[in-house]
Amino acid sequence: MATKGVKLLGVWASGYVNRVEMALKTKSITYEFIQDNLFYKSELLLKANPVYKKVPILFHDEKPICESLVILQYIDEAWSNGPCILPSDPYDRAIARFWASYVDQKWFPLVLDLLNTEGKTEKAALLEKMSEASVLLEEAFIKISKGKSFFGGDRIGHLDIVLGSTLGWVKANEIMNEMKILDERKMPSLAEWDERFCSDKVLKDIIQQPEKLVETFREFREIKKAASN
Amino acid sequence: MANDEVILLDFWPSMFGMRLRIALAEKEVKYEYKEEDLRNKSPLLLQMNPIHKKIPVLIHNGKPVCESNIAVEYIDEVWKDKAPLLPSDPYERAQARFWADYIDKKLYHSSRKTWSTKEEDPEAAKKDFIEILKALEGVLGDRPYFGGDNFGFVDIALIGFYGWFYAYETYGGFSTET
Repeated sequence: MATKGVKLLGVWASGYVNRVEMALKTKSITYEFIQDNLFYKSELLLKANPVYKKVPILFHDEKPICESLVILQYIDEAWSNGPCILPSDPYDRAIARFWASYVDQKWFPLVLDLLNTEGKTEKAALLEKMSEASVLLEEAFIKISKGKSFFGGDRIGHLDIVLGSTLGWVKANEIMNEMKILDERKMPSLAEWDERFCSDKVLKDIIQQPEKLVETFREFREIKKAASN
Repeated sequence: MANDEVILLDFWPSMFGMRLRIALAEKEVKYEYKEEDLRNKSPLLLQMNPIHKKIPVLIHNGKPVCESNIAVEYIDEVWKDKAPLLPSDPYERAQARFWADYIDKKLYHSSRKTWSTKEEDPEAAKKDFIEILKALEGVLGDRPYFGGDNFGFVDIALIGFYGWFYAYETYGGFSTET
């Protein structure tokens, strides 16, 4: 499958964009990254994604694909020669899709909400919900991995990428709040998975560094404050 | 596939449950239908969908598949010899998944607001709902189905809402025909 004409429109700080990069790297697909600006969205972005006006957008031979989970499945299907990201068994695929959906509907929104929450009580409530969600993810990992290194088995798969792309902001939150979210005492299997995932040869160069995300977040907050004044 | 045990946990008015009923019918799969009382959920439902505790749940040979669009894809992949529900081209498949997801993200929540008595701005809610339908109409174009000549994934995702239009119109006091 030709790898010409693959472009990813995104912003570095977005976990959703990051996961598409992870999928592209996993498949050894060469691509051009086009940085957009969330304060001044480009014409390209608005034209390619008029429905949501968001990144990531993957362009393959000029044709846009939007929504990160849709993009991940597209990458897996359009480049069928490379290693498979989704499992081959239909039931395992359904389970991977279910938990990917859970990450995006429940887990990641909590992570991102925590960034923008100030009050002690509100933060505590969010952290409680995150704790419950992470217990479910720990159980899911144990069940799905069946003793292997990743959700995808011996190799990194769809669900590893979907959850793994949220780790940057999880750890950014840990730094800013001076506490542990992925606590190895409460979720030992996920904590070990986290280490393995982040040290993967193929992905480690594109994994978001939490310190850099903290810096970006603080800059973003300043810009927002200045804009509203 | 003979000797398959297929059970569907559902609630008859659910547009999400309807997706599975249609997919199973398209594939001519025999299944046992179990109606759930959502005010008194069965132990089976709570066991099969402990995370969300929602219908529909497809139980195939004892193994549960939850979330309706995911279950429709599962049905398409398992019973793959008949009536394909998704296109074969990866780009077309991506478009089908995008619009089925759009229906879940936008249409459902918007539709609820059209008849909710707690809605703060009912006029805006109705306008929003019509805009979403217009977007979907734009996608359909001149084709008989979202799947082209064949009834497909997006058609299945959407059709269950059609039965609700009369209810939305009656309670919301508006028409979807225009």
